[in-house]
Amino acid sequence: MATIRLDNVKKSFGKTQVIHGVSIDIADGEFIVIVGPSGCGKSTLLRMVAGLETITDGTVEIDGARVNDDEPMDRDIAMVFQNYALYPHMSVFGNMAYGLKIARTPKAEIKARVQAAAKTLQLEAYLDRKPRELSGGQRQRVAMGRAIVRKPKAFLFDEPLSNLDAKLRVQMRLEIHALQRELGITALYVTHDQIEAMTMADRMIVMRDGVAEQIGAPLEVYENPDNRFVAEFIGSPATNFLAPALVPEAPAGTAWIGIRPEHVKLAEAEGASLTGKVLHIEALGAETLVHVVLADGTHATVRQEGHLPKPAEGARVGLAWHLAEVMFFDTQERRLR
Amino acid sequence: MSGMVEKRGAAHWFTHLGMILGVVIIGFPIWLAFVASTVSQPEIVQPPMPVWPGDQLVENYAKALLSGVNVPVARMLFNSGVMALGIALGKISISLLSAFAIVYFRFPGRLVFFWLIFITLMLPVEVRIVPTYEVAARLGLLNSYPGLILPLIASATATFLFRQFFMTVPDELAEAARVDGARPMRFFIDILMPMSRTNMAALFVILFIYGWNQYLWPLLITTDPEMNTIVMGIRQMFPSGDDIADWPVIMATAILAMLPPVIVVITMQKLFIRGLVESEK
Ligand SMILES: Nc1ncnc2c1ncn2[C@@H]1O[C@H](COP(=O)(O)OP(=O)(O)OP(=O)(O)O)[C@@H](O)[C@H]1O
Ligand SMILES: [Mg+2]
Repeated sequence: MATIRLDNVKKSFGKTQVIHGVSIDIADGEFIVIVGPSGCGKSTLLRMVAGLETITDGTVEIDGARVNDDEPMDRDIAMVFQNYALYPHMSVFGNMAYGLKIARTPKAEIKARVQAAAKTLQLEAYLDRKPRELSGGQRQRVAMGRAIVRKPKAFLFDEPLSNLDAKLRVQMRLEIHALQRELGITALYVTHDQIEAMTMADRMIVMRDGVAEQIGAPLEVYENPDNRFVAEFIGSPATNFLAPALVPEAPAGTAWIGIRPEHVKLAEAEGASLTGKVLHIEALGAETLVHVVLADGTHATVRQEGHLPKPAEGARVGLAWHLAEVMFFDTQERRLR
Repeated sequence: MSGMVEKRGAAHWFTHLGMILGVVIIGFPIWLAFVASTVSQPEIVQPPMPVWPGDQLVENYAKALLSGVNVPVARMLFNSGVMALGIALGKISISLLSAFAIVYFRFPGRLVFFWLIFITLMLPVEVRIVPTYEVAARLGLLNSYPGLILPLIASATATFLFRQFFMTVPDELAEAARVDGARPMRFFIDILMPMSRTNMAALFVILFIYGWNQYLWPLLITTDPEMNTIVMGIRQMFPSGDDIADWPVIMATAILAMLPPVIVVITMQKLFIRGLVESEK
């Protein structure tokens, strides 16, 4: 349990700078998700907190103490890796106990703590098995177990669920979140999956090319993105970006307007200020996605409830929205408010 | 594989016949040596040579082991054992450590060391024997176990093998150990060494035999018969000039010299194969 503070943290590999100064104050027990496209520097940022990469510039503090030059073991953090990184020749028990063994924890306590963790993670029946005798989900749990027996100050996760199938991913997502809540241990969680980001995070850091584009609670980021990249990256299907001329009320300097698919409504073609042709329809049951191509060739997506009437493919439809839900962006892709 | 299993009838027997024939051809000289070690001296020298074991087995072997020709064979077996074990274990530990250093540490001159090790591949004992002898002699290593072992202990081949293996170990494993609090040597002992045990077993077999079969180097470095190794010892049992060769004892010595490598191969083979099966997914 600890607070973590990043102050203008930068990283260069040789001459290439990959992290351009990230700052955040993380409260004790907070669940922070770092999300962004591949190669944006999520893992690098996490590994700098872990102590696995040196920090080129800026400071990392854990519980108010600067840890830039501390070895990972001295930072008292636990990490869960994407490929789990279990020790192949050790049993599940051995894997979970290893960190405690090095810390010279008494044998009886090691046993008690591993047993307790195994119980929480439903691994009791597998304690004597080797990692290769486990399923992917079970290995994931062992990696979790290895992290929780140490009772660290913070959990660091690097895409821990990306090797699991979709169903297991949902289940483990809920379990990890519940576990973190129960233990109250500060967590940093890297993912490129925005659903994981939206559902798990207390706050999320949306990154692009080594820059934290926005930091905030998931819904706040969703409803109020600071720039075009965040508006586009968070939310699925992605925000529609249209020519500013379509909205006469747009403030001066608007280069794009953005409207979330759920904020666009289908209307009668006659009398509508904007019309388009239905390209195709994805009926998902609870909701329907209508893909429309506008007169100027722009594609737009409309998300409506499943029970509403669906237009025929190829039909001409009108599009309508409330002005209050439209976002404006300038030429630098910054939000205009 | 299935093709081999499906072979039936004539083809099946034919393959086996071929293999048995091969075993007989390879095994026959060894059989003759064994036979010669169980008969008496007069029976050997008078033609035809016997092909079935005689009744002198215990006497000949006892004589070889306890008194031998120059030195008791037991002594030479012990010397060879020390040398072969020393070379095998020494080579394995040194190459494990140097591979660990080369793969996991970024130290100045890493590449230089890497190439230095690589170059020694081109310098087997036979090539550098004179300077090596000079160095060993000046260090006072003549007629000593360190003298038999140390000059043969560096191994570029084994270093490369372990380097190759360490490079296939995911980086995350080292990082996980680091986060768990393992310092480098701890990671080496707790994680890397157990993971390399199959490689170590395989190498041990090869290196033990390599060490056991050393001939030229022991011949140079030892002058005291007490320090003779068995492979050079056999040669020295041969008569020079008009001496009479005690062939049954020489043959018993030869058979005894073959046994330790055979035992090592058979016992380590089990361990080796078990290791292979375990580490395969
Ligand atoms: N050891 C390294 N040496 C040089 N460049 C590196 C190194 N590690 C990472 N990089 C570069 O730093 C950038 C960020 O990498 P990083 O692994 O943090 O991305 P990521 O956001 O985790 O991506 P992914 O989602 O694919 O895991 C990339 O452009 C990568 O090429
Ligand atoms: Mg990554």
